[in-house]
Amino acid sequence: MREVAIVAFAQSDHRPDTSDVSEVEMLMPVLRRVLDDVGLTAGEIGFTCSGSSDYLAGRAFSFTMALDGVGAWPPISESHVEMDGAWALHEAWTKLLTGEADTALVYSYGKSSPGDLREVLTRQLDPYYLAPLWPDSVSLAALQAQALIDAGETDERALAGVAHRSRTAAEANPHAQLSGSAAPGPLLDTPYLVRPLRRHDCPPIGDGAAAVVLAAGDTARGLCPRPAWIRGIDHRVEPHALGVRELTRSPSTRLAAERAGAFDAPVDTAELHAPFTSQEVLLRRELRLGADVRVNPSGGALAANPMMAAGLIRLGEAAAAIHRGGSDRALAHATSGPCLQQNLVAVLEGEPS
Amino acid sequence: MSKEPVAVVGVGQTQHTAARRDVSLAGLVREAALRALEDAELTWADIDAVVIGKAPDFFEGVMMPELYLADALGAVGKPLLRVHTAGSVGGSTALVAATQVAARIHRTVLTLAFEKQSESNAMWGLSLPVPFQQPLLAGAGGFFAPHVRAYMRRTGAPAGTGALVAYKDRRNALRNPYAHLHERGLTLEKVRSSPMLWDPIRYSETCPSSDGACAMVLTDRAGAARAPRPCAWMHGGAMRSEPTLFAGKDCVSPRAGRDCAADVYRQAGITDPRRQIDAVEMYVPFSWYEPMWLENLGFAAEGEGWKLVESGITELDGELPVNPSGGVLSTNPIGASGMIRFAEAALQVRGEAGEHQVEGARTALGHAYGGGSQFFAMWVVGDAPPTG
Repeated sequence: MREVAIVAFAQSDHRPDTSDVSEVEMLMPVLRRVLDDVGLTAGEIGFTCSGSSDYLAGRAFSFTMALDGVGAWPPISESHVEMDGAWALHEAWTKLLTGEADTALVYSYGKSSPGDLREVLTRQLDPYYLAPLWPDSVSLAALQAQALIDAGETDERALAGVAHRSRTAAEANPHAQLSGSAAPGPLLDTPYLVRPLRRHDCPPIGDGAAAVVLAAGDTARGLCPRPAWIRGIDHRVEPHALGVRELTRSPSTRLAAERAGAFDAPVDTAELHAPFTSQEVLLRRELRLGADVRVNPSGGALAANPMMAAGLIRLGEAAAAIHRGGSDRALAHATSGPCLQQNLVAVLEGEPS
Repeated sequence: MSKEPVAVVGVGQTQHTAARRDVSLAGLVREAALRALEDAELTWADIDAVVIGKAPDFFEGVMMPELYLADALGAVGKPLLRVHTAGSVGGSTALVAATQVAARIHRTVLTLAFEKQSESNAMWGLSLPVPFQQPLLAGAGGFFAPHVRAYMRRTGAPAGTGALVAYKDRRNALRNPYAHLHERGLTLEKVRSSPMLWDPIRYSETCPSSDGACAMVLTDRAGAARAPRPCAWMHGGAMRSEPTLFAGKDCVSPRAGRDCAADVYRQAGITDPRRQIDAVEMYVPFSWYEPMWLENLGFAAEGEGWKLVESGITELDGELPVNPSGGVLSTNPIGASGMIRFAEAALQVRGEAGEHQVEGARTALGHAYGGGSQFFAMWVVGDAPPTG
């Protein structure tokens, strides 16, 4: 199989409200930075793939405006997924494996600020039996968190510990929307948002964009001193109806990790797309991450959770850790849908220096 | 490393109609998927991954509906990818699925595209609100009519060419049991006297708004060897995109379309498309796009496309049959329309197109476009595996 690596990563500063810029204006500096990093132009890239959602933008074909910003002239080989950019990366990786392209630009973006995200995400649910009840994303995550507590997998103090650790780590992340945290004890004195979740258990709602460049073989070596080689990447989906899922388990994460080779050797770093503290507990177990693994040194989705980009950012952050020599083997995870319905796992490695 | 050859071993379509009130979204996609599996004599367990596509989620009012459809698509425990590239999406979706087989990531992939337009009003769904677009662009026809007028002015095409295309495609649709429109009493005169919607596009020269889905099973050489019926082999596939509007854009014959065709022909070893391609399933939502795309795709010299239409070459029994299925003018579940083109091209080279079979078709082109004539997806399929 052809070797493919992430050779560059860039992201915006994630903000609660970006009404001063359009999506394209939010995205373009990120594209510029990631392309400058490898010294390529949009026209020199072999394949371009993006991820975004019309429902966040509030208009049909919203990705066409972003494409205008990319500068697709002369015409480019390009595709788009209505998913988090992590899945756009998967499509681009597949394209590079065929040998039809040597480099790929992957980007994604989302602005949650124009709408009420909790309400908007209810439109993602089964339109006949679930969406008419308007169960919002925090309430659904609270059901899962309560199931985990009831099963003895965690408790509210442990969840506060996840929040504290993540947002303290985010102090070193200049792009984070939320950083710094009170100690777990005082966090538990705050009121519930949706029991058993308190505000600190939930991700910030905000806007942001991210981009990576992929390259194959020697092209990757020429573009990046220490490429983050994709040793495996896989994604799986679970049933949609919460009633037929065991919410304290994530079989799709486990299977994707197995297929990606995550259990073949230990990882030193993991970037998990766990928007809610309780989901980190669940993912750690399914991914068999020991206490010695650095989990979400970026602060993770609890520090910045731009819809459609937060998963790609996990891959980008894991790759960046390898680029700078801070990791030799890292796991990156992305999720989509209510209560971790769909999950992607990638294993990245740097060559011994 | 050479790519794995990709074969189409199963094709399934729903009954397309204005409103499939008898099925849910899940029921609609399942109908197409089951027919594709049945055609391939496979079961859900034989499918390694699912790639689904559709146009804007606003058409049904469900955000990222593939999450809800995971069960109906038999995707639980499998990879599920959702493509959205505007009107070309049906074609792009098939190409993304084909890439997974070509890259040897998966051996057998179910790919499906759908739209259930009766859930909303597609014309107004395509009319973007201010500030995204200037007002008074009512639907896709309002966007494309000026491009058609530019084509007429540029080539001197007579005003009646469009009606010939519409009359041909609607008659072809009478041979296709899945087509939405079956206008048995249609005459050329009726097309020419139908109400003018967006000058010069008349009512009968416009695609309908349909509910429908289309599915294909794509597989590798080993899968093809087990196929119960003839396969269609992919000989080339490509996507090209360009910006919506910019100074110097050729809206009549966009460069992205020409580049995309050139790439696909190069892969398939086609140097003279007019002679080497036996049947074309072309994305023609408004009649005039047939002569326009004939030029863009290299079947006619610049300015000559309308002459090919007038000469009858693109009729079902002509030298270069275009849209033997009745095309988008007879069936248009937008997200699925591109995949129907790809699937109908496959049916032609498999010899499985029934009443609208082009005699002896061995090489066929499937074509889709979308957005502001800016997204293109195409494939060439043949009755024999690619050589080399």
